[in-house]
Amino acid sequence: MLSETASIIFYIIAFVTVVSAVLVVTLKNIFHCALFLILCLFSIAGIFILCEADFLAGVQVLIYVGGIAVLMIFAIMLTAGLTNFKVKQHNEQVAMGALAVFCFLLIVLGGVAKTLSVRGGFPTAHTPKIIGSTTHSLGKLLLTDFVLPFELVSVLLLAALIGAVVLAKKDGE
Amino acid sequence: MQVGLVHFIALSAVLFSIGMFGALTRRNAIGILMSIELMFNAVNINFVAFAKYIDPINTTGQVFTVFVIVIAAAEATVGLAIVLLIYRNFRDIFVDRINLMKW
Repeated sequence: MLSETASIIFYIIAFVTVVSAVLVVTLKNIFHCALFLILCLFSIAGIFILCEADFLAGVQVLIYVGGIAVLMIFAIMLTAGLTNFKVKQHNEQVAMGALAVFCFLLIVLGGVAKTLSVRGGFPTAHTPKIIGSTTHSLGKLLLTDFVLPFELVSVLLLAALIGAVVLAKKDGE
Repeated sequence: MQVGLVHFIALSAVLFSIGMFGALTRRNAIGILMSIELMFNAVNINFVAFAKYIDPINTTGQVFTVFVIVIAAAEATVGLAIVLLIYRNFRDIFVDRINLMKW
């Protein structure tokens, strides 16, 4: 359980996250969507801090806000002319999509409620919390237990980089 | 009311649903990519919250979040390169108008 102050902060951050996420998927101007995506990613970094994941909060800001969101804005700028208000931004499946998503949400939250009522809550550890940064234990895990996935994901990232360059360059260069 | 693991799970479910709605209904390919990023982030919240409440010493859940972030970065790079290529060839990034491979 979080403390009283942290709970209030959680509710504020969760509200900002959900509102900005709704704006990301509903606004007509795709550029405004990208800006609200940045706000949403920032507030998720706040959630990470509440979960005592300080390293991941930094990574979130650096990679998502600094990298991916800026990449999105670049792509929007390069495909300009299609972002005006007159073009319809949603397809004809809005009602059906909303229904499907609502059913999905109902199923997931129903599962959570069932776990709460039948099992009496989720299992939680009763170990004392570590005080200080998680960077040390994270780095240790990445280079001991998870060293094979770590190397594989490095190769994947390299392949994605080369693939993006090959795709984006003009023919005959 | 004090915040526990359930609140994080509920937030993550709501965020995932919003992202799914965007991915289902957006016409703009970049909008779809942004919705997919929202879904990745919902999953990350789950991983981090479970790591905090169930395994606070080892932080194994946070390692998975690192991998998810790397995969998301790779996906965004390749996805946006494909979108730019489509825009260069078709002058269009609305996915319902790109029907070359439909029969």
